[in-house]
Amino acid sequence: MAHAAFMESPRDRELGAGVYNEKLGIWVFLGSEVMFFTALIGSYIILRFANPGAFAAPGEVLNIGLTAVNTFLLICSSVTMVKAFAAVHDGDQRQLKLYLVATVLMGAAFVGVQIYEYAHLLHDGFGPGGIREGSHLAERAAAGELSLGTPDPATAGIYGSTFFTMTGFHGFHVTMGVICMTYVTIKAFRGKYSATDHRGVEVIGLYWHFVDLVWIILFTIVYLI
Amino acid sequence: MATTAIPHEPVARTEHQELPFIRKYIFATDHKIIGIQFLIMSLLFLFVGGLLAMMIRWQLGFPETPMPGGTVLPETMAPGGILLPEFYNSLVTMHGTLMVFFAIMPLLVGVFGNYLIPLKIGAPDMAFPRLNMWSFWIAVPAGILMLAGFFVEGGHAAAGWTAYAPLSAKGEFSGVFAGQQLWLLSLAVLGLSSILGATNYITTIVNLRAPGMTWFRLPLSIWSLFITAILVLLAIPILSGAAIMLFFDQTIGTHFFDPTAGGQPLLWQHLFWYFGHPEVYILILPAMGMVSDIIANGSRKPLFGYHSMIYALIAIAFLGWIVWGHHMFQSGMNPTLGMGFMVTTMLIAVPSAIKVFNWMGTMWRGNIRFHVPMLHAVSFVAMFVIGGLSGIFMASTPVDIYIHDTYFIVAHIHYVLFGGSLFALFGAITFWYPKMFGRMMNVFWGRVHWFLTFVFFNLTFFPMHNLGVGGHMRRLYDPSEYEFLQPLAGTNRFITVSALLLFTVQIIFALNFVISLFKGKRAPENPWDDNGLEWTVPSPPPHGNFVTTPTVYRPPYEFSSPLVEEDHLPQDRDLGQKTDPASAPGTG
Repeated sequence: MAHAAFMESPRDRELGAGVYNEKLGIWVFLGSEVMFFTALIGSYIILRFANPGAFAAPGEVLNIGLTAVNTFLLICSSVTMVKAFAAVHDGDQRQLKLYLVATVLMGAAFVGVQIYEYAHLLHDGFGPGGIREGSHLAERAAAGELSLGTPDPATAGIYGSTFFTMTGFHGFHVTMGVICMTYVTIKAFRGKYSATDHRGVEVIGLYWHFVDLVWIILFTIVYLI
Repeated sequence: MATTAIPHEPVARTEHQELPFIRKYIFATDHKIIGIQFLIMSLLFLFVGGLLAMMIRWQLGFPETPMPGGTVLPETMAPGGILLPEFYNSLVTMHGTLMVFFAIMPLLVGVFGNYLIPLKIGAPDMAFPRLNMWSFWIAVPAGILMLAGFFVEGGHAAAGWTAYAPLSAKGEFSGVFAGQQLWLLSLAVLGLSSILGATNYITTIVNLRAPGMTWFRLPLSIWSLFITAILVLLAIPILSGAAIMLFFDQTIGTHFFDPTAGGQPLLWQHLFWYFGHPEVYILILPAMGMVSDIIANGSRKPLFGYHSMIYALIAIAFLGWIVWGHHMFQSGMNPTLGMGFMVTTMLIAVPSAIKVFNWMGTMWRGNIRFHVPMLHAVSFVAMFVIGGLSGIFMASTPVDIYIHDTYFIVAHIHYVLFGGSLFALFGAITFWYPKMFGRMMNVFWGRVHWFLTFVFFNLTFFPMHNLGVGGHMRRLYDPSEYEFLQPLAGTNRFITVSALLLFTVQIIFALNFVISLFKGKRAPENPWDDNGLEWTVPSPPPHGNFVTTPTVYRPPYEFSSPLVEEDHLPQDRDLGQKTDPASAPGTG
């Protein structure tokens, strides 16, 4: 397509991909992000199959209810993101600002809940090194309350390693997204976006949906199965 | 979501923008300055990496003999000028790391990706100039972190440039703590720089080609950089992920690669080589592309098999993703799986041979000009053939049992990485030097440098095949301790002397590079009678490159065209009514 356009009108500079640079760039960058999370998730799959006894049954260590609410929050923030983009596309500045603020708030809330969850888990004795000796969780494991396939909680180290690394890097991406989204929101309040030029909104939106999608995968494989 | 394409009219910058020094040369957004910044940084790392190699060679050639000047090193590295085994391990590790990640890769991708892409496609700059600046200024701290490792307690990373776990996973195993952590951190930071760069290159090449610059009118150098950028984009994040996991193993107590708590050391090898094999092609594809440009220019003929060159590049890049297991034949792999990896690896010989024969076809009956870049480019082809053929030996699983981890693999990697990539880089630097700095390099000293480098390169690395077949393991500290290596002691000394000479003659290149900056003849716009768009602008090109956006009429290799008097026909020359049969892509 790209070069067909050139052959028809060789003197007209057209963008090869038919989309503006920032949009093409973010898609390319997200390709890289896919590979990054593939490395983490692929390692998780291998390590989990190699250590079936090291992973507790769903809900025993991790709080599914709390995280389900958090997941709902993140999905809602994707909806408001779409609404913000639709608003600026129609030139509705008031709705653009409203929905961007809602997205920032929900994204920040997601990170907040995740920090709360981490604090809680660490307090219970679940950390990146596994289940801490002498902690509340270790006692539960010793009493046979956790369906760990191994009597020695030390080998459950890999559970904590994968959990904290994967969700931690996702949380880091959400945090970055919230920071960039705040920047876009400030620009929106200064009236920098219009129905004809709203590249920043679209680009941050694509990133945001990607991060949301990664979370749905992580929630499924880390919490639910 | 509706596609809202906002036309980006390239601004024709006719007025000269006066930027303050710091914006122009330090925090520059001009792709040409960033390219030169990368050039300076990576040449410095090339020098440091070479220096480390000399120390390695001294130890192998003259073990238990104090190294000349070795007494300047502290007691923890070389007491009395004799290298400690621990320090030797760091040297081997850091020579590989610096050369791969901080010398060859930035030279190929950082320097020529930045410098050539906008100029050769007819764009005023990269798609994201500010991001481009960041990718350089993220690479600098990565380099500082990497060098800092030499000065921390416990010494620098010593687990090899491949950092195999579990040796690398816990400081207790190797005695190296902070060094290995800095190594991992540095690679993760450098990875971010590479990913940002690759995003920029891909977007620029897809979106900002000048009118008429169709995909099949792109020079091979740009094609190869485009494909390389895709490899960088998809392979580097795997390394980043793996490096971060290993870093966490060392710092926050995770157990990814620690077998005592459910971790999998082999997982590191898989992740590393899943990145590592595409990385091998990141290190050679741009070299192939630039050599194609130089050989067509030096032969005064259109590049033979232009289309097949591109398809071969794509084939190599694709196959590069499914051969990583050939680095792990001796890691306890299922032999059936090993055979799969063996077959895919050998398949790569097909597109590689297509390229070699196309280069020879280009030179065949050409009106060859042996200018300095051409000498290096032709050397590239010859050395790449030797390196490629020794690769086939190791790809054969039965042979690999005997020669893996010996000096045979060291010979192989240096034939493709030095004989291949670095010769191509010498060619590329001498070819584009006039455009970069507006001065010509000295031809006589250029030839002397090429000749001596070519000779001493072969004297250094060819005998390493013999060492390897003789059983000299590649990271051995002191060969004199082994009875069966005694007959090879003379070969080792010979290699060391050759290597020292090889290193010494690089002074000629360094002096030629620096002196020509000030004393070189002023370079005209087009010193090599080439067709690329970069030769239509002044040397060095102004900020914004082109006064008006050029229009491209034909492929890049129209040398000795019957349509014009001269023996070259630039891509942007409008021949008006004259029929231009050559404008059909791929003639030649």
